[in-house]
Amino acid sequence: MSAPELFFYGAGALAVVSALGMVLNVRNTVAAAMSLVVTMIALAVVYVVLEAHLVAALQIMVYAGAIVVVFLFVVMLLNLRSDAFAPPRQRLLKAAGAALSVGIAAAFLSLVPASLPTMRDVPDGFGGYRAVGAELFTRFVLPFEITSLLILAAVVGAVVLAKRRLD
Amino acid sequence: MIPLEHVIGLSAILFLIGTVGALTRRNLIVILMSIELMLNAANLAFVGFSRAWGEHDGHLFVLMVIVVAACEVAVGLGIVIALFRNRETVNVEDVSLLKW
Repeated sequence: MSAPELFFYGAGALAVVSALGMVLNVRNTVAAAMSLVVTMIALAVVYVVLEAHLVAALQIMVYAGAIVVVFLFVVMLLNLRSDAFAPPRQRLLKAAGAALSVGIAAAFLSLVPASLPTMRDVPDGFGGYRAVGAELFTRFVLPFEITSLLILAAVVGAVVLAKRRLD
Repeated sequence: MIPLEHVIGLSAILFLIGTVGALTRRNLIVILMSIELMLNAANLAFVGFSRAWGEHDGHLFVLMVIVVAACEVAVGLGIVIALFRNRETVNVEDVSLLKW
């Protein structure tokens, strides 16, 4: 097994395990957020294997560096009691839910078509900031500009929501 | 060379885990995190197909999705803080007034 494949399957397994850790961790929200960071970093490794270098860097910066930090900030601000979300013990229901989840997962994975296009060779610099930036500021310049409107709306909305009293 | 099916399979598994989290958890913050996980699974599919076709379009979609995710977190956590200020809870079962 070559090095890229090793990284892909290792990071993919790590992403799945840490995502399960996030979803199944019922008691500690901070630990769930930390599991989410591990998932994001593992996905960044997968992106590097898939030659998406700029996306991988942005994944680390925006997801692991900003979004999860905001999550942690809110969790610590609210100072949640760690046992407030523990579900009542329903072993039979849990087992049935787990079995159903595995069944749905198997059905879902069987939907992945068997004949997807094979990976073709890509030129040097594919997915780097130069190639992606050239596309972003030529063909995709209108969506890029509209994104700034979205960010403005989100900033205004977040401030209005978090303000204690609207004047 | 990694087969594209494995990339899409990993994406599907992560999406399912996120769906299960969003449907079964009671903590509103963890539900938001599960939605982030679902967005990440979609990003992985975009990057995989982008790699397979040798085009950058998928990468640009991923950049847009990252922006949308950041906006969603800012507004979503603003709602969570407003909710906690008014009701002293982030448990979704305590705020089911609009539930049918």
